Amino acid sequence: MNPYIPHTDDEVEEMLSKIGVKSLDDLFSPLPQEKRVKKMGLPESLDEFSVFSNLRKLAYKNADAQRYSYFMGGGIYNHVIPSAVHQIVSRGDFYTAYTPYQAEVSQGSLQTMFEFQTMICEITGMGISNASMYDGAEATAEAALMAARFSKKYKVLIADTLHPEYLQTVKTYASGPEVKVEIVEHDETGTLSLNDLRNKIDEETAAVIVQYPNFFGVVEDLKAIREVSKDILMIVAVNPISLGVLETPGAFGTDIVTGDGQPLGIPMNFGGPSFGIFAIRDDRRLVRTMPGRIIGETVDVKGKRGFVMTLQAREQHIRREKATSNICSNHALGTLYAATYLSLVGPQGLKEIGENNLAKSHYLLEKLEKTGHFKRKFSGEFFNEFVVETDLNIFKLKRKLLKNNIIGPIDLGMFGGTKNKLRKLLSKNDLLFCTTEANTAEDIERLLSVVEAM
Amino acid sequence: MELIFEISKEGRRGFIPPKMDVKPYKIESKYTRKNAPKLPEVTEGDVVRHYTNLSRLNYAVDTGFYPLGSCTMKYNPKLNERVASLSGFSEIHPYQDSKTVQGALKLMYDLGESLKKITGMDAMTLQPAAGAHGEYTGIAIMRQYHRSRKDFDRNEMIVPDSAHGTNPASSAMNGFKVIVVESDDRGMVDVDELKKVIGPNTAGMMLTNPNTLGIFEENILEISKIIHDAGGLMYYDGANLNAIMGQVRPGDMGFDVVHLNLHKTFSTPHGMGGPGAGPVGVKKFLEDFLPVPTIDKKKDKYVLDFSHKKTIGRVRSFYGNFTVLVKAYAYILTMGEEGIKHASEMAVLNANYLRTEISKILKVPHNNICMHEFVATTLPLEEKGIKALDFVKRMLDYGIHPPTVYFPLIVHEDIMVEPTETESKDTLDRFVEIVKKIYDEANEDPKILKEAPHTTPVGRLDDTRAARYPVLRWKEE
Repeated sequence: MNPYIPHTDDEVEEMLSKIGVKSLDDLFSPLPQEKRVKKMGLPESLDEFSVFSNLRKLAYKNADAQRYSYFMGGGIYNHVIPSAVHQIVSRGDFYTAYTPYQAEVSQGSLQTMFEFQTMICEITGMGISNASMYDGAEATAEAALMAARFSKKYKVLIADTLHPEYLQTVKTYASGPEVKVEIVEHDETGTLSLNDLRNKIDEETAAVIVQYPNFFGVVEDLKAIREVSKDILMIVAVNPISLGVLETPGAFGTDIVTGDGQPLGIPMNFGGPSFGIFAIRDDRRLVRTMPGRIIGETVDVKGKRGFVMTLQAREQHIRREKATSNICSNHALGTLYAATYLSLVGPQGLKEIGENNLAKSHYLLEKLEKTGHFKRKFSGEFFNEFVVETDLNIFKLKRKLLKNNIIGPIDLGMFGGTKNKLRKLLSKNDLLFCTTEANTAEDIERLLSVVEAM
Repeated sequence: MELIFEISKEGRRGFIPPKMDVKPYKIESKYTRKNAPKLPEVTEGDVVRHYTNLSRLNYAVDTGFYPLGSCTMKYNPKLNERVASLSGFSEIHPYQDSKTVQGALKLMYDLGESLKKITGMDAMTLQPAAGAHGEYTGIAIMRQYHRSRKDFDRNEMIVPDSAHGTNPASSAMNGFKVIVVESDDRGMVDVDELKKVIGPNTAGMMLTNPNTLGIFEENILEISKIIHDAGGLMYYDGANLNAIMGQVRPGDMGFDVVHLNLHKTFSTPHGMGGPGAGPVGVKKFLEDFLPVPTIDKKKDKYVLDFSHKKTIGRVRSFYGNFTVLVKAYAYILTMGEEGIKHASEMAVLNANYLRTEISKILKVPHNNICMHEFVATTLPLEEKGIKALDFVKRMLDYGIHPPTVYFPLIVHEDIMVEPTETESKDTLDRFVEIVKKIYDEANEDPKILKEAPHTTPVGRLDDTRAARYPVLRWKEE
């Protein structure tokens, strides 16, 4: 017997006879019998406690945020998550529901997503948000394709300060419809070079993609970029938690905002799942080319307010090969994380968290510079991450930090899989530090004492 | 229900972040936010009540039978949730030194090995975040394979007319022209029609087997041969793998690329629409095209392998929906070899039992042995003015989630029923009773169906108004 399958032997017999077959095997008669599996080679089944013990052992082998302090960002951040978030997202009525196809019995999901869309619009300053993509990288790639589709132009410009894994993802997605990707370089401030951007915009250009704050933590000057890129679409990949203190991309006339929603109440999860943010300015024409599910308000037969999935004529189940994207499952549960997180922190909390992140990173940089071993790499303003060059042996530094229960910074010279690309951008002694409100002043002192002892 | 914004009161707080314990920093004013976002201002209690009450408006696997065809809404075991939230899995960073995440990497490696055994494939990526994302990845691999052979003319992807909408969409996103092949009167790919559309431009074929009618494509070996002889590759859409796991493997039926829906077949919850996970398996000759990184084992150490030279690149950041992978792995460990096989047997038994019983009430166009699901039609009720939609909306009043309607597109007024193995005979019998009751109502009092549902938190919603006058966010009056 198995705890998830209810059939008794008698029931199986009775069902088979109702169907009119002799054995279970008869039900598989349409299969090519010569190819039937004899043995897959999986282990025998285990009881619940044994599975739990096995997995707990594996979990314990990992260094986690319960036992270590993190000074590591680069797209995934260790933030403080209010307790109520986990309690709410763990309700089975939410997480075991399917996509809200039957709106009458899905108002919980639909209203949550509608509230989420509103909150994303509020923090980004945009007009319309969808109900999530997979993650920041995929959302950004789909934004590039959408820009090409919308403007019927097949070149996108990408700041080299975009997260390297986002860049790789955009390149993969661009290769299908043969959208050309061209890189725009950064200057000594660590932000996109306006001159290079100006030179690379031509009549074939659909859009420019920048990250805000960018991969080096530096805040891009969206106002200046918008001025140079008036005639093309501006796509901005945001860190949503920075928008408690940073001006919204919407305020600078951004056309599409993407980003990763992980900082909004989602644990680090080894990089996933989180969810992708996808928002656009309020434009009827633009929304028709947008990917993903969108929730809209309407009324029921009695005039009572309710919510439905809407503008579905864009989607694959209706439009098939002419759809704006193939996306079907999205990361809806991420919208519940974000909606509860943003409701709990509120406008004041989001601002305080932003100020805390900002203060911590600048405090850490100042202290690191004082040790004489670290030099700030870029002069531009930054939020909760920054790049420094060090004269210390990075390998030894990381080992010492780990011994003192500290994880991070990211060694940009060794950056996974994108080594060659980044090496052109940076020297091999560059480190990306990150601080959040989860790092106490005491954590920072501990990190500094390790450095000073080297 | 009120929106969370409508219960907001200026000054209320739901969470106090850690106090500032270092000196503040002022960023240059041109970068600072001028107007605060209008987020709700509510207490923690407000938030918990609001979302708890919202959750109670939902139907879910945890609350009842969910026979949604092609979605495999099986029970989601609670052990899996518990292990996935262990801090050693949920609170680790993707860029930590690999020696500090050996447990996580081992889990991914072992899951990949298990999935290879279940599918009969040689290599696996766990990166894709959903089924359609897996399709995208798999088709990109096929495209790169042809390009690597300088076979640039292969720009056509063959897709049956019964396919999920994601199949043509994933092909188109990869730059392929979609060639639709029709089904024959038994609901299977028409092999003669297939032979007519193949040629030097054929890049491959996407196939769901069993297909969306719940019918096993009996000519699968011949179909694979036809495609391979034409120089194309075979793609297996794993949405319906629950029917055949442990019985026959895609890799043994000629498929070169496979995606799996861990949120269907391997019991991870659907989360109101996601996150799922869509691992992709390939045959040896395609391994080098997989997205980077893959997980490798070197002696007794687990590492991220970025060495694939012909890789399609990345399809997302980091390594996949890791905590979803943890849940699927826990499921496989719990089920074991026999349990996996038993699951598909009971899923197919349940579907055939329901098909037999339902066909006594509604018309079932292909009323032969089915796999994990079957399609019935309410077409005979059309003279009463009853549509499939009316029929299933009435099910809501009886406390059952409707099956899929109007899909696949090749059967009119269809309802597509997938019970899954985790439902008991009692539940199925109750479902049959309800269908019978609604059928009788349709004949005696069709109005009760036309106006259904009557007992849900809201009645039928005006979709046309939602699309014509889009209100996509809340605004202060």
